[in-house]
Amino acid sequence: MSADLSPLLSVKGISKYYGAHIGCADVSFDLYPGEVMGIVGESGSGKSTLLNCMAGHLAPDAGEVVFDTRADGPKDTVTMSEPERRMLGRTDWAFVHQHARDGLRMGVSAGGNVGERLMAVGERHYGDIRGKATDWLGRVEIDADRIDDRPTTFSGGMQQRLQIARNLVTGPRLVFMDEPTGGLDVSVQARLLDLLRGLVRDMGLSAIIVTHDLAVVRLLADRLMVMKSGRVVESGLTDQVLDDPQHAYSQLLVSSVLQV
Amino acid sequence: MIDLKDVSKTFTLHNQGSAVIEVVNDVSLSVAPGECVALTGASGAGKSTLMRMIYGNYLTQAGSIRIGDVDIVQAEPRAVIALRREVLGYVSQFLRVVPRVPTLEVVAEPLRAVGVSAGAAEARAAALLEKLNIPQRLWSLSPTTFSGGEQQRVNIARGFAHAYPAMLLDEPTASLDATNREVVLSLIEEAKASGVAIIGIFHDEAARARVCDREIDVSAFTPGVAA
Repeated sequence: MSADLSPLLSVKGISKYYGAHIGCADVSFDLYPGEVMGIVGESGSGKSTLLNCMAGHLAPDAGEVVFDTRADGPKDTVTMSEPERRMLGRTDWAFVHQHARDGLRMGVSAGGNVGERLMAVGERHYGDIRGKATDWLGRVEIDADRIDDRPTTFSGGMQQRLQIARNLVTGPRLVFMDEPTGGLDVSVQARLLDLLRGLVRDMGLSAIIVTHDLAVVRLLADRLMVMKSGRVVESGLTDQVLDDPQHAYSQLLVSSVLQV
Repeated sequence: MIDLKDVSKTFTLHNQGSAVIEVVNDVSLSVAPGECVALTGASGAGKSTLMRMIYGNYLTQAGSIRIGDVDIVQAEPRAVIALRREVLGYVSQFLRVVPRVPTLEVVAEPLRAVGVSAGAAEARAAALLEKLNIPQRLWSLSPTTFSGGEQQRVNIARGFAHAYPAMLLDEPTASLDATNREVVLSLIEEAKASGVAIIGIFHDEAARARVCDREIDVSAFTPGVAA
């Protein structure tokens, strides 16, 4: 990770309006390979809107999301053709939803959930697919003997880990995460954090994590953006923003956390 | 190696009547390779603040703070991240770790981050933990459940795992018994001998006298306080 690398993702002036209401306005930043960016803010601050605009789930009203593609170098994914963007979504990008059931196929076995993504990128050999699925279930600490069970029989934490396995099996370079630890028991959160951090380091992933949990960003994110009313009010190194927040809203956010 | 010029810092508390607090004013100091400088001054004088400004988790309003060839006041976040990974180490008073990660991995992590293989990093981590008298049966456990003194020693082992050319030490000998205090002081002496530039806060006067070449009284830079 040398200083002269070009950005993996370059977000320029992204805006999204819901009628007269601002979803997010004029957000710009660069994300470099191996970096983890956290986005925090209260509910309704526009962080999920921004994430969905970047990941291609929502069409922004203005702005560019330039991704450094393997084949053709930097390309604006907003103006890219739908099939191209979908291919990106299956290969270099991954999206971890807050509710695992939004990111999983609940009627398909755990192994099938992981294998499906492999098949979408052209893998056809049943033995290879099952082998990789088993390997990934192991990495996210799901027992191999659960491979043929459906996610409906899994706990919330297991479903979330399965969703992560399904997303990472194709070796993406960029992972979008929407509240990945939200709604989980704290002991399960810790396990997931440990897992995510290891995967980020070992696979050299870049990630964008939307959360309202400041402890999560402190442990996972290199950089942090604070959003309020659709705008980025402060950004910088994670520990700088948390230890010495400059904007009134960031100060309020940091000082409102209950000490354990 | 560490070079501060005309550095000033204020805190603006927007939610408390926009109170502006001047913490330090016009600090200039420099630390050469192999030198250890102690920051002194009463509690509240701004020692820790100054240390955090050098590490970059506090923003600096004016002046420049150069570590090697990077000015931390102006640097982009990712330049600071790279600097902290390779050049600038910081042993704080608190151990902050992802729960569940074994102690051996916590200590080996800074080495893994600079590309050292798992085996070599863990061997170095094991040697440091052994030196700091952390019993081997604890290495596979997370340090979150350890005693204060044990956590402090894990923190020190982690801080000294990678050979940073510049280091910041915040009370490295606090809450240690005589044996372990001796180990930490010898680690600092070894680092100095190998050319590391060190800035430290030591309330332990004997320790300060032994490892520090100079003292800088931070109250000289505190606005409204006579030096």
